Amino acid sequence: MSNKPFDVVIVGAGIVGAACADECARRGMSVALIDRDVIGGGATAAGMGHVVVMDDSEAQFALTRYSQKLWHSLRTEFPDDIEYEQCGTIWVAVDDEEMGEVRRKHGFYGERGVSTQVLNPKELRALEPNLRDGLAGGLLVPEDVVVYPPCAARFFTERAQKQGAQLFTTASVKRIGQGQVELSGGMQLSAPRIVNAAGAWAADLTPGLEIKKRKGHLLITDRYPAFLQHQLVELGYLKSAHSVTSDSVAFNVQPRRTGQILIGSSRQYGAEHKEVDHAILTRMLQRAQEYMPALVAMSAIRTWTGFRAATPDKLPLIGPWSGDKTLFLATGHEGLGITTSLGTAKLLADVLTEKTTEIPIEPYLPSRAREEFAHA
Amino acid sequence: MPSQIVLRVNGVRVSVPTGVTVAVATAMAEQACRTSVSGEPRGPLCGMGICFECRVIINGKAHCRSCQIVCEPGMDIRTNG
Repeated sequence: MSNKPFDVVIVGAGIVGAACADECARRGMSVALIDRDVIGGGATAAGMGHVVVMDDSEAQFALTRYSQKLWHSLRTEFPDDIEYEQCGTIWVAVDDEEMGEVRRKHGFYGERGVSTQVLNPKELRALEPNLRDGLAGGLLVPEDVVVYPPCAARFFTERAQKQGAQLFTTASVKRIGQGQVELSGGMQLSAPRIVNAAGAWAADLTPGLEIKKRKGHLLITDRYPAFLQHQLVELGYLKSAHSVTSDSVAFNVQPRRTGQILIGSSRQYGAEHKEVDHAILTRMLQRAQEYMPALVAMSAIRTWTGFRAATPDKLPLIGPWSGDKTLFLATGHEGLGITTSLGTAKLLADVLTEKTTEIPIEPYLPSRAREEFAHA
Repeated sequence: MPSQIVLRVNGVRVSVPTGVTVAVATAMAEQACRTSVSGEPRGPLCGMGICFECRVIINGKAHCRSCQIVCEPGMDIRTNG
C-alpha cells in the first residue's frame, strides 16, 4: 500500500522526534510521525527531565542554552501535567578541588550570560539542609528547570497534530532511505525527507551510525514534601560521566512536584538488557546516601532503566546523512535529549527549509563524526 | 510488663493496651492514618502490610505502615503525612 507523499517523515516519537514534528508542522510542512511503541515511551520516559545548561564543550553549552531558552519561552503554554518547575540546579562540591571547578563554571557561565551563584558551605546548608555536613560548597544555577518528559513529548505531538501532522504509533519501521519508509505489515510512506530520531536504536535503521546504548537506572521514592528544593548533582559527575569505558554512578537527585525524590544516576556501556542491575543500583543508592544520609530511611516505590543514545564525542547528530539525500538525523543526545530536543528541532527544521540556523550547526552535523572518527 | 502503654497521636496523649499495633492506637485516638493526594481520609485496609493505606509518621519517619508496627512507650505518631 502506498500513500500520498509527506514533506517529511520522522521516525521516533520520543521528545526529539515530537519536537521536530511540531517545529516542521508549524513551518507548514506535511509531517508523519512514527513510533513503534507509544509517544515518549523510550529514553524520554526513562529520563529525569532536567533541563540543564552544560559546559563540557562550547558546542554543548551553545545547544543546551539555546534549547533551555526555548523551554523558558514556552512555560506559559504548557499544560499542568508537564510539571514545569524552575527549581534550579546546585552542583555540589565535596572538596577544594571541586570548588575550583565551581569557580571555573561560574566564570564560564557568567561570560556567556548565565547568572550563577557560588555557595559557601553555610549557604549550601541553608538551601539544602538534608545534604551531609562537611561539604565544600556548590554552584547554584537558578535558570535550570525540571519537567515531566512523557507529557512534554505528548504536548509537542498534539501541537504537531493540530497543524495537520499524522501520527502512527505501534508502527514498527523496517527500513528507511531513498525517500521511502517501510513499515512492518507492508505499509509504505514516502517523503523527500526522512528523519531518523530513533534514539538508541537509530543505528538499527541507519547502519554506520556511531551510536551506542548507554544504560541508566533511576529510582523514585514515596512523597517526602519539602525534603529537597533543587536538583542536586555532584561535581564528581563530570569525572564519572566522561568515562567512556567503565560503569559509573553519580549523586543526582531531583525534587518532583508531588514531593517525590527522583534518584540517579548510572551509566553503563555494553548492557543490552532492560532489567534492573542490582549491583549498580546499590552503588548508585550508596552514592546518593553519601551526600544525603536521610535518603536511607525513605521508601522507594519504583525503579527502572533506560538507554541513552551515546555518540563518541558527546554531541548529538543533527542534519543530513551522507550517502542518502533524503535522510536526516536527529539522534545521539545521550543524557541531554530532553534539554536539547527543542534546539534540535529548530536546527533540523532550519536545515530542511534551507534557512540559516540561529546557532552554528557545524558541531552537530553527522559529517563531523565521520571525519573525526573514521580513524578511531 | 505493664498492661497499658502511653504514647502520643498528633500530640495528644493516648493510653493503649500493650502489644497492639500503631493502627490500633490511631483508631483509639479517632484519627485517620493519613490524607490521600485527593484529600480523602485513609486507614487500614488489608491489615497485613500490603496496601500501604495505613501509613503514618512515627518519630519523624514518614510512610510507616501502622498495621505492622507494635506500639512502644513514648512513640510520637502523626497522621498528617
